[in-house]
Amino acid sequence: MSAVIEEHHDHHDHKPTGIGRWLFSTNHKDIGTMYLWFSFLMFFIGGTLALVIRAELFEPGLQFVEPEFFNQMTTLHGLIMVFGVIMPAFVGLANWMVPMMIGAPDMALPRMNNWSFWLLPGAFGILIASLIMSIMGMGSAPNFGWTFYAPLSTTYGPASTDYFIFSVHLMGISSIMGSINIIATIMNMRAPGMTYMKMPIFVWTWFITAYLLIAVMPVLAGAVTMMLTDRNFGTSFFNAAGGGDPVMFQHIFWFFGHPEVYIMILPSFGIISEIVPTFARKKIFGYSSMVYATASIAFLSFIVWAHHMFTTGMPVAGELFFMYATMLIAVPTGVKVFNWVSTMWKGSMTFETPMLFAIAFIFLFTIGGFTGLMLCITPADFQYHDTYFVVAHFHYVLVTGAAFGIMAGVYFWLPKWTGNMYDETLGKWHFWTSVISVNVLFFPMHFVGLAGMPRRIPDYSLQFAEFNAMASVGAFAFGFCQLIFLYNVIKTARGKTSVKATGQVWEGAHGLEWTLPSPAPFHSFTTPPQVK
Amino acid sequence: MTAQPDNNHSGGDDNKKVVTRLMFIVIGMFAFGFALVPIYDVFCDITGLNGKTQGQVSFSEQPKVDMTREVHIQFVASLNESMPWEFHPMTKTVTVHPGESMKIEYLARNMTDHAIIGNAVPSVAPGLAAPYFQKTECFCFTEQKLEAGEEKRMPVVFVVDPELPEDVETLTLSYTFFIKPGSETITTSALHP
Ligand code: HEM
Ligand SMILES: [Cu+2]
Repeated sequence: MSAVIEEHHDHHDHKPTGIGRWLFSTNHKDIGTMYLWFSFLMFFIGGTLALVIRAELFEPGLQFVEPEFFNQMTTLHGLIMVFGVIMPAFVGLANWMVPMMIGAPDMALPRMNNWSFWLLPGAFGILIASLIMSIMGMGSAPNFGWTFYAPLSTTYGPASTDYFIFSVHLMGISSIMGSINIIATIMNMRAPGMTYMKMPIFVWTWFITAYLLIAVMPVLAGAVTMMLTDRNFGTSFFNAAGGGDPVMFQHIFWFFGHPEVYIMILPSFGIISEIVPTFARKKIFGYSSMVYATASIAFLSFIVWAHHMFTTGMPVAGELFFMYATMLIAVPTGVKVFNWVSTMWKGSMTFETPMLFAIAFIFLFTIGGFTGLMLCITPADFQYHDTYFVVAHFHYVLVTGAAFGIMAGVYFWLPKWTGNMYDETLGKWHFWTSVISVNVLFFPMHFVGLAGMPRRIPDYSLQFAEFNAMASVGAFAFGFCQLIFLYNVIKTARGKTSVKATGQVWEGAHGLEWTLPSPAPFHSFTTPPQVK
Repeated sequence: MTAQPDNNHSGGDDNKKVVTRLMFIVIGMFAFGFALVPIYDVFCDITGLNGKTQGQVSFSEQPKVDMTREVHIQFVASLNESMPWEFHPMTKTVTVHPGESMKIEYLARNMTDHAIIGNAVPSVAPGLAAPYFQKTECFCFTEQKLEAGEEKRMPVVFVVDPELPEDVETLTLSYTFFIKPGSETITTSALHP
């Protein structure tokens, strides 16, 4: 090694200090940390909105909020949870873990990394500003649901819709830059010997997710741009009066929207595929089938979008095509589930918090997958569409799927990030209270949905009262349990737990990230490791 | 560029290449989002989905009239909620033989004290029969302007294609009148400066 490199090395380990460290950061760990804290903050804001919804739905009749305000709650809850919680948390985990897992010193494009993070507070600042203005009586916040169907959002959208459009543009740019960075890192910065088929599954799932993002975020940007010109510049993309078509909005939206739901689950698949082998003390079962399954899910996700539109009056041939294509996705998804179960089979398992969350993920995500299969049966969907059954479906895949995957990942890697072991007792408390309350929250929604309770309505008929009361109790319980998580993370980060973490952290852990000391040094691998 | 240490194992050139390629995908997909608009229309046109009727049809020779068959045509009128006109068909139903040319009329009256330009959007049910419903003359081909208080009879001349699938016995033709986007504000301000 030359002297020049030594010099750089000294320079590198010197952390910048003060606010500048965060504002101008180009360091993958600092940026990852910011992403994760941002996501955590949004999780509590979005959660508060959900509790407003559940408080209103605790009993039939109108109790706390006006229907107009209720609509703003469902809209912002959805937008914040999708774009402000799940996606930034995944990008944060990718920032932290991808360079460490592939033996790189940092991300490929560190300055762009800074940009992609700092656009997010701007985007959500704008969105949340519209809510604050609404509370202060200065006009409605976006109120058309997270799917912002035209003409609700174009002809009938409140003035704040233009805020929303700008905010979505910023989120889109942020995700695209983040994805470009992740792809460039994975393609160009792997340590010598780290071939594609040796990459950890988490890296693989993110690699594919990043391509999905690059393919569909521009389509979303196009959709909101059309909305913008329809609203302000006299075009008629979605306006029947000028020769446009509102149903076309749904096609464009779901062409983005369905791949988006896989964007929100594939990285969690990756996290689970790291955790299960570690705590089963076995290699992952069927590594290459995992990779191919992920790729085929990503591919299929582009040809199933109209399963969200079965009731828009498609011809029978279309309904059948989208029904069968959607069912097909269950095959690669099933491959993954079977592989996780086979990995655990005859393993010497232990049940630390990350593993508990991973097992809950496998079980509960599968329930969500099954309800998805029920929904994709076209004739049945005519009954289920826009009922609470759909709400139950996507909360099983998103909360007990995507979000549990993120929580599992945080517990799994927190000791590596901070150098301290988290409090296992608190972790177990967090897990058990969460897993019970989340089912009290979402399981009854299946029943009211099948019985015909529509979604996004602030009032309902009496026969749905008991199940709704149950769901509301579960919601408040689930919300407050997350404070245990927050407390545990802060306690660990501040070094207030008794146990220091070793480099390897977990007995069964394999992979480059565990060869680094804990906490991981500011720059990961300044000299590339050799992978055999 | 400042003297930033090269973090990259394989050099910045590779990054540039990757970024450029990916930017092509990004721009391409943004364009594709907009391309979906014409693709959607073409697709609906070819397949006749969506109940969209075709534009003006002109025949070089009159199709043969199929006297053995009768098709019932129902006429429906509706107004977009912000449209302050009165609008209804003069005839509610007619029975025609496929291939036979038929003329009916709609009536529109502007109920306000200012001129309004409207666009009528036609649609045919069942949607899959839409391509067989051919209009040779229609008030929906152009904008319609009604002065304050003006009343107008608007003709539609159509032919049902003899190729119409056997199982279709009734067709419904529906028009919705919309205010031409932006036109009301222009005409009002022109009338009351
Ligand atoms: C086996 C896999 C899956 C199948 C077959 C499936 C099927 C469906 C169908 C048919 C609908 C439309 C229901 C309706 O509106 O009537 C739907 C809605 C939805 N799914 Fe899935 N799904 C699957 C997995 C997932 C995953 C993994 C996610 C996200 C992580 C997800 C998220 C959603 C969301 C968010 C909606 C509701 C969108 C809305 O209208 O707001 N699904 N799913
Ligand atoms: Cu979908």
